[in-house]
Amino acid sequence: MSRIRRFLDGIEPQFHKGGRFEKYYAVYEMVDTFLYSPPDTTRTAPHVRDGIDLKRMMSYVVVALIPCILWSWFNAGYQANLALAELGVVREDWRGGLLSLFGIGFNPGNPFANLAHGFLLFLPIYLTTLIVGGLWEVLFATVRNHEVNEGFLVTSMLFTLTLPPEMPLWMVALGISFGVVIGKEVFGGTGKNFLNPALTGRAFLYFAYPAEISGDQVWIAVDGFSHATPLGLGETGGMAAIADSGLTWWQAFFGLMPGSLGETSTFAILLGAAFLLYTRIASWRIMLGVLLGVLGTSLLFNLLASEARPMMAMPFHWHLVTGGLAFGLVFMATDPVSASLTNAGRWVFGILIGFMTVLIRSINPAFPEGIMLAILFANLFAPLIDYVVIQMNIRRRERRHVSA
Amino acid sequence: MDSLFNLFISAVFVENLALSFFLGMCTFLAISKQVSAAFGLGVAVVFIQTITVPVNHLIYYYLLRDGALAWAGMPSVNLSFLGLICYIGVIAAIVQILEMFLDKHVPALYNALGVYMPLITVNCAILGGTLFMVERDYNFAESVTYGIGTGVGWALAITTLAGIRERLKYSDIPAGLQGLGITFITAGLMSLGFMAFSGIQL
Repeated sequence: MSRIRRFLDGIEPQFHKGGRFEKYYAVYEMVDTFLYSPPDTTRTAPHVRDGIDLKRMMSYVVVALIPCILWSWFNAGYQANLALAELGVVREDWRGGLLSLFGIGFNPGNPFANLAHGFLLFLPIYLTTLIVGGLWEVLFATVRNHEVNEGFLVTSMLFTLTLPPEMPLWMVALGISFGVVIGKEVFGGTGKNFLNPALTGRAFLYFAYPAEISGDQVWIAVDGFSHATPLGLGETGGMAAIADSGLTWWQAFFGLMPGSLGETSTFAILLGAAFLLYTRIASWRIMLGVLLGVLGTSLLFNLLASEARPMMAMPFHWHLVTGGLAFGLVFMATDPVSASLTNAGRWVFGILIGFMTVLIRSINPAFPEGIMLAILFANLFAPLIDYVVIQMNIRRRERRHVSA
Repeated sequence: MDSLFNLFISAVFVENLALSFFLGMCTFLAISKQVSAAFGLGVAVVFIQTITVPVNHLIYYYLLRDGALAWAGMPSVNLSFLGLICYIGVIAAIVQILEMFLDKHVPALYNALGVYMPLITVNCAILGGTLFMVERDYNFAESVTYGIGTGVGWALAITTLAGIRERLKYSDIPAGLQGLGITFITAGLMSLGFMAFSGIQL
């Protein structure tokens, strides 16, 4: 440990102004603060009670994502192994080779085999995201002299978890490039953007290559195996079609269904949510706002449900466990940068997301899932919501001042 | 009534003139630095749209279209080639009236809008609204609804953009992109968000 510290201290002067690698200070800073906590301390009063900074916030989100990530490995592998068993074929790509080599096999009844299989599905997507997105981050940080931020670690994980398990890697690279560069870096980097970068990248892929990120073919990582997500079924056949597929609410809650990597298990997401709420990283107002929005809108739509739009009849508790609602609610909507910044605004922001999600799911035949676009849509309105809240506050205080 | 409501919603969100047809871009990009000015301009556009679209509808329906002059005993006359010039004339007149009104009663907004107030005359969102009305053969009630709807949609879009741009004051945009460049990118990203409505059939 101390050897690394000494090495880093030794090379530090070369990265300072006038040093040989002055331009690459951002890279040095990134490695240094990734391994050690920053040495900066507050010099003048007032002193904060807690040393929480952006780095720790982001690390907490990473910790909160761990249950989701583990579940994504298990479920992606489990779904793929089930499909392989059903089709009676073996995997012939490098993943199959590796799994056979270590004698792990493809038995869906073996949790370890599922975990290993899913891990091999997750890893290439994550590495691509991390390397390509990281290159952009470092490039911008170097050229523009700002720090490489841990925010990207979170963005890369969120982005990976929103993708289907066999997304072509060049598309993954393209998506994260769009998300990082257009969604964030052109505005000046972490904290300066107004859209969630991970969702921006995903939305770009969604509209550019719909065949690879929506439909029935992509959710299970086996070629030619078609299986709709519950929401895809609901779009055409309503709750009856979901019941026909044999999916129970508890299965959906724990996440034993096809879907994007990280979105399937509401249970794993709730574990992360509990952690985020306990550490007070994520805003409970936003989360509760989204829930209320979904509850209100789905109850209203249940009353209006018709034959032509079967999704309107979906009850509240099913909305919650299908698709990416839980994932978006906990990890995307609460993004502190792109959400509303005022407390009253957070309520409005959350309710808007909940409303839009159910609206898109029920009314819009083009998209079975709505949370991604709902959050992006609400991101657009977040600054305006804050503006109105602040103006109202100013007016209220003016009135109080006049009357006093 | 139901179909009018649907038309209104679709004009505001699904077929938002600014974000799905990219009409009225010059004012959209230029007057979106401050929420208050953008909102004022938005209200002005709502006002103008609400008047011009129905008025142009009446002109088209009773004077210009093929056979419209049957009431005057000239059933074979088709004046629709005069459409564009008539519509622009109506828009220019309404804008002029609005400008005089604002100058007298809301001078702060009048000064904030500056040269862009008369420029609304050639704002393609306004003319676009009228032309869509002609193209889609709306009746009078529909053209009133469509006028209000497109105006509200455009006002919503520019106010939202102004909100985002006010927040972007605190951002650190690369030198080459500052000003209009980043605003174009922002408008593009906004339209990505508004894609949420694309495909809704009302």
